[in-house]
Amino acid sequence: MASDALSLTNVHAFYGDSHILHGVSFSLRPGGVLALLGRNGAGKTTCISTVVGFLTPREGEIKLFGESIAGLSPERISRLGIGLVPQGRRIFPSLTVRENLIVAGQRENKSEKPWNIERIYSMFPRLQERHTQLAGTLSGGEQQMLAIGRALMGNPRVLLLDEPSEGLAPLIVAEVGRTIKRLKEEGQSIVLVEQNRQLALEVADQAVILNTGRCVFAGEASELNEDLIAQNLGVFRAH
Amino acid sequence: MQFWIIQGLNSLSLGGLLFLLSSGFSLIFGLMRLANLTHGAFFMLGTYFGAISLRNYSGLNIWVAALGAGIAVAAIGGLFERLILTRLKTNPLGQVLVTLGMSFIISDACLMFWGGDSIPVPTPQSLQAPTRVFGFVFPTYRLVLVGCAIAAAIALYFLLERTRLGAMIRAGVDDRQMARAVGIPVSRLFTIVFCLGAGIAGAGGVLGGPILSAYPGLDGDMLPLALIVVILGGIGSLLGAFVGSFIIGFIYTFGSALFPELAYIILFLPMIFVIAFRPQGLFGRVGA
Repeated sequence: MASDALSLTNVHAFYGDSHILHGVSFSLRPGGVLALLGRNGAGKTTCISTVVGFLTPREGEIKLFGESIAGLSPERISRLGIGLVPQGRRIFPSLTVRENLIVAGQRENKSEKPWNIERIYSMFPRLQERHTQLAGTLSGGEQQMLAIGRALMGNPRVLLLDEPSEGLAPLIVAEVGRTIKRLKEEGQSIVLVEQNRQLALEVADQAVILNTGRCVFAGEASELNEDLIAQNLGVFRAH
Repeated sequence: MQFWIIQGLNSLSLGGLLFLLSSGFSLIFGLMRLANLTHGAFFMLGTYFGAISLRNYSGLNIWVAALGAGIAVAAIGGLFERLILTRLKTNPLGQVLVTLGMSFIISDACLMFWGGDSIPVPTPQSLQAPTRVFGFVFPTYRLVLVGCAIAAAIALYFLLERTRLGAMIRAGVDDRQMARAVGIPVSRLFTIVFCLGAGIAGAGGVLGGPILSAYPGLDGDMLPLALIVVILGGIGSLLGAFVGSFIIGFIYTFGSALFPELAYIILFLPMIFVIAFRPQGLFGRVGA
């Protein structure tokens, strides 16, 4: 059997002394889209930070296509094939649009249809129009496109998107949704963290719900029911 | 009138020298968030390397000596960064103490090897004839020094603004963690930038030699000037280091000529005002 694109097994992570992730386990199928859901503070971003190497798990295993990446440096993990579109976008504001993409381009490409600047520009023509502009002067939606383009420049085997719709106008959110669908059609494996549950479940085929650092659900998106959602995602607890 | 023009040209040459000293300091601080207190010692080490090699090998010219000293100091800086500073990434106080300690070690080593007397660095023969500027006689070498600083500024500008390596360095300055997450080997960039900064200081030390000579305590005289330039111009900004160097060149030269007993007050007072009222400096970014 082919190994999972990304798998977490019993991952424990801490910020200083506070224990944030309590044995998180889930796995993403190759070419799948996994929606990582949960309330604010449930541990979603901590989960992402642990996968990309910003945090080292205190315990547990993280594997990318069967290869252990837990505890490696962020640059090593990136080169092994994890792409990150971080919360808040975090494009490099004093670099031009083009430079933001160039610095993330990694020379060795194993994929048959590698991402390069031309492909990114044809996917996001707005970026080409603004390629000499400083990234810090782009609109929020354009910055989000740039953050996605930048992550794709590394030809990731797994793409992590942390709250890509946050703070964007509805029209732009729809565009982000279309982009994710298009990447999925190309066979890109994706982990999608979203507050916008509707957007997430529209594209996801797998789902994980975190609650206070524990997995309360990990399975097919179609198996999610209203009770689970109300208990773990709703603002008010259903009784 | 002659006084003003001569002192004006002196200010320019001191400004050029200060740029060679402080551009590396600023780059290192901008990327690594590291106040490299060894920087003055790197400059002094360059001056000694230049003075000694020019004294011992009469066929050598100052440009070759500057290049050689720059490479040697860059190598020493690189070893220091790789072997020691990388271990202190998350310990700013440790970095301050270690870089300060290293500067004491270098200055004591210079004293031990080369003694306490100042060693002159000869002005290159071809530049010994004075140049007439606006009808005033002025040492040619000092004008050439300004040219060297401008050439270094242009080269650094191209490296930082027009190459992929430069874009990676700027990405690291913008958001170090995110730079790592897109695969930029930030730790290797740290070493490159540290070597580059140390190397420019070392070469600058040789080029400043004909004006300053190599003497014990040169490091301590230069380091505060680098700090003032960088704070005034804005930390991590090449343009800031350039403009700041010339401003301080003028303030220091005219301050010591007109009010010699107040030279340090004139020098440090603007810095205190900048820190209090415009902490990012003239060209620095807020929050940088």
